[in-house]
Amino acid sequence: MSNIPAELKYTSTHEWVRHDGDGIVTVGITEHAQDLLGDLVHVDLPDEGDALATGDDAAVVESVKAASDVYAPVTGEVIEINEELEDAPELINSDAFGDGWLFKIKLDDITELESLLDAEGYAGSIDEDE
Amino acid sequence: MSNQTVLHAKHLESSAKMVDFHGWEMPIRYSSQIEEHHAVRQNAGMFDVSHMTVVDAKGPQAKAYLQNLLANDVAKLTTKGKALYSGMLNEAGGVIDDLIVYYFAEDDYRLVVNSATREKDLAWLNAQTNGFDVELTERDDLAMIAVQGPAAKATVGKLLNSEQQDIVADMKPFFGYQAGELFIATTGYTGEAGYEILLKNKQAPAFWQSLLDLGVVPCGLGARDTLRLEAGMNLYGQDMDETISPLAANMGWTIAWEPSERQFVGRTALETARETNNSKIVGLVMEEKGVLRAGLKVISEAGEGVITSGTFSPTLGFSIAMARVPNNVGATVDVEMRKKQVTVKVVKPSFVRNGKSVL
Repeated sequence: MSNIPAELKYTSTHEWVRHDGDGIVTVGITEHAQDLLGDLVHVDLPDEGDALATGDDAAVVESVKAASDVYAPVTGEVIEINEELEDAPELINSDAFGDGWLFKIKLDDITELESLLDAEGYAGSIDEDE
Repeated sequence: MSNQTVLHAKHLESSAKMVDFHGWEMPIRYSSQIEEHHAVRQNAGMFDVSHMTVVDAKGPQAKAYLQNLLANDVAKLTTKGKALYSGMLNEAGGVIDDLIVYYFAEDDYRLVVNSATREKDLAWLNAQTNGFDVELTERDDLAMIAVQGPAAKATVGKLLNSEQQDIVADMKPFFGYQAGELFIATTGYTGEAGYEILLKNKQAPAFWQSLLDLGVVPCGLGARDTLRLEAGMNLYGQDMDETISPLAANMGWTIAWEPSERQFVGRTALETARETNNSKIVGLVMEEKGVLRAGLKVISEAGEGVITSGTFSPTLGFSIAMARVPNNVGATVDVEMRKKQVTVKVVKPSFVRNGKSVL
């Protein structure tokens, strides 16, 4: 079983969301997701200023094995992207919940966080997949 | 049904991620597939290939049997230990499998056949013995470890006694010698120097551990695929199969047309195909972001084609592929990617050799 930090929120499509305060969240893909994909070789991130709605295609992560869409876990505006991933997509493999973050969103509605899965709920959704 | 090789426990000890590979539970990777790939290009890596099928063919008509069975001609083999790569065709001229045959004497050969199609291959090999005085023995008592990379031979050398070292000292590429309890072949599937070693099942785990202790990196099927694709080597079931002529799979060089009186299975169909075949395998290179994948459609002025194998090349840092396209294809083709159409370069299907780009 891979690591699922209790302080984060999750989606059933393997994104994680960390509330940094003031309605700003950091988004990435989970350790479980990077393990399924294997070594990442390209990341396509959204542009700063993009308005995303929950469920939109926000990014693409591509590994040696497969390309996978990353969906916006919440609705809001992209205010920062992790530019280091351009040259070092492997950060997602080595530190999915830290240096491998993808982008930050300023939430339109902070209460949307409550609709996301908690660690236990996400662990349960992985079990259902398997 | 899931088969395990004798090294299964060793893979789990090294935290391998195991997958089903044609009925065999095999390591896809241990940690990072790309690091495993680099280990082979830069130093030494090893693969458990014990799932491949080893068959000894012995008897007064072993040579005649193989001359009928294979599109390449074992008559070319006259030096003890010399190996030959060949396709094994069906009557329709499609590829049942590719294999390596080692020559020891005109009544004594060894075949190393693919793993994906073991049962089918064995059935075919046995059926073709009809009318020949030859005996086939499947060597499932043997495991097989491929040690590949610039440091592979020197590292294996540390595990050999002086007698074995003498035997392998001046080995040329594509030979296989029995050296004590090891059958050591200068063959591989990576585009690097190295050995493929056959040894008794019960010895294999200790030998694997000795290689690990010497710093040889265990590599999974993932790295094996990126390495063979960079080297431009075909994978059965992807780049060719029973419905594909060897002529359309860059295996034309493995067909021995002469002597013309030699009949082999598939020859008649192949002679027709020689006149009509209008496709070939080329290499594709895409330096921009994205990864070419098997199955993607290729569009060119000469007509459509398909990517048969595609991946990200860890050595080159961009995507490469093999594609079956019309013979008269130009210098570029378009590929239908996810959400876009991309123009990519057409090259010879060989990308990396001995650690270096050959583009």
